[in-house]
Amino acid sequence: MGSITFIEHDGAEHAVEIETGKSLMQIAMNNGVPGIDADCGGEAACGTCHVIVDGDWIAATGKAGDEELQMLDMTPDRAPTSRLACQIIATDAMDGLVARLPEFQM
Amino acid sequence: MNFVNQLAEKGTAIIPMPLQIKAAHVLYKAKTKLGIYKEFPEFVEAPIPDVSTLAIEDVDVSNPFLYRQDRWESYFKRLRDECPVHYQKNSAFGPFWSVTRYDDILFVDKNHKLFSSEPFIVIGKAPDELAVEMFIAMDPPKHDVQRAAVQGAVAPKNLKEMEGLIRERTRDVLDKLPLNRPFNWVEDVSIELTSRMLATLLDFPYENRRKLVYWSDLAGGGTESTGGLNDSDELFRGMVDMSRHFSRLWYDKKARAATGERAGFDLITLLQSNDETRDLINRPLEFLGNLALLIVGGNDTTRNSMTGGVFALNRFPDEFTKLKNDPSLITNMVSEIIRWQTPLAHMRRVATQDVELNGQVIKKGDKVVMWYASGNRDERAIDQPEQFIIDRKNARNHLSFGFGVHRCMGNRLAELQLRILWEELLARFDRIDVIGEPEYVQSNFVRGYSKMIVKLTAKPTEA
Repeated sequence: MGSITFIEHDGAEHAVEIETGKSLMQIAMNNGVPGIDADCGGEAACGTCHVIVDGDWIAATGKAGDEELQMLDMTPDRAPTSRLACQIIATDAMDGLVARLPEFQM
Repeated sequence: MNFVNQLAEKGTAIIPMPLQIKAAHVLYKAKTKLGIYKEFPEFVEAPIPDVSTLAIEDVDVSNPFLYRQDRWESYFKRLRDECPVHYQKNSAFGPFWSVTRYDDILFVDKNHKLFSSEPFIVIGKAPDELAVEMFIAMDPPKHDVQRAAVQGAVAPKNLKEMEGLIRERTRDVLDKLPLNRPFNWVEDVSIELTSRMLATLLDFPYENRRKLVYWSDLAGGGTESTGGLNDSDELFRGMVDMSRHFSRLWYDKKARAATGERAGFDLITLLQSNDETRDLINRPLEFLGNLALLIVGGNDTTRNSMTGGVFALNRFPDEFTKLKNDPSLITNMVSEIIRWQTPLAHMRRVATQDVELNGQVIKKGDKVVMWYASGNRDERAIDQPEQFIIDRKNARNHLSFGFGVHRCMGNRLAELQLRILWEELLARFDRIDVIGEPEYVQSNFVRGYSKMIVKLTAKPTEA
């Protein structure tokens, strides 16, 4: 079992265990990682589980799909490797992945 | 193409906006007199029958008295259970589909390519001459551009700057309330606070702030659009007044900016400093539409959640005890209040192609109404939905803000206003008692209170 690290906007790090098959949003919520609201519960319909995937890890997570992009386009802190955590399904290949949280979810 | 549009194309710089609307009003009256427009009948309140006595096809949830007569829960429950995607072919607003279950509403809200938001997002319509353009009733890509231009004003970054000001204004209102004596909470707290907030957001002359509420009530309360009380003539007159004030505000802000005054965080300034919207004043329908949208969006919604929260805690007194014992529940309670109240009952779409939904075939061009008020009571998605539970798990997953590209832009501001209100209420009052029954607004869109009498008891002073 590997781990994923969420880094809050203020620098606080949260290393959590990978639960294969669950979304990064669910994993963050299960581990009480602050800074993710997940208002729609995982439907890519609200944009409030926005994370910025660190560096080359975007190759492991893949890029955002069309539905996801619609929501991401409306978030203020949009970055090139922005994703909705609810649309990233964890695999063992993501061991060591770093995801940064924006200052605000909207 | 309507009259205002034609005028607009010929050169709005020449004809002032209020005059254009006056001219449109004249045309509207003439067409009504000539019988070109059918006069929309007034709604007369009659007792609404028990839903179990009706054939399913006769269930009409567009009745603007459904909420006031407390029939809405049973009506929507029947539809959710028996006919979750329901066709009503004879309503006063024409034929329409009702989508009543949580999952189906989410589907419609997310699929803006299948379900267009144009030309209106309420069940009825506005007079053609007042077909103002607002981004809530536009599809991408135009919607995205206009929304992006104003979103900054209510984005969390801006809200952080405003929190102190909101708290100060909330304290000021609460400190002036009477103790141990009944007063109208709607008027003295909910409307007063929301009008202050709107004036702040628009940098609108503070002493005229109640005008914002009046215009917003007009825009959202038309008989023909939502079954409300306002007729179209009143609406035209209100819009003339509104366009006059907003034009003045626009030019005033521009002049002040030209003299080098420091730019504020208000909406007008944001519109003037964005390339896409800096000449919005020359597109009167968009100008008026988007300003109307912003005041409507911040008016009925927050106002009725401010009243609804107090009402809910009176209906569920154990929850008030729970809250007093643990004020850290306020944030979660705010989401629960917004779910329980669902201040806007519905949003309307139009199918852009034939779509099958939950066993029904919705035809291209059909009107589709998503009933958020019903989805927020859907037993399939929410545990004990009729209960008000301040520490409800996943309280944030309610439908009141909508989902997808049209999701409420001001949701964080609304939550902030409500959180501050409850923090300040708990700091001052031991009891907030509702006296008698509240009075309700006539509408199938706004789920609101026109009057609610409350009596406050101060917290015992600590020795």
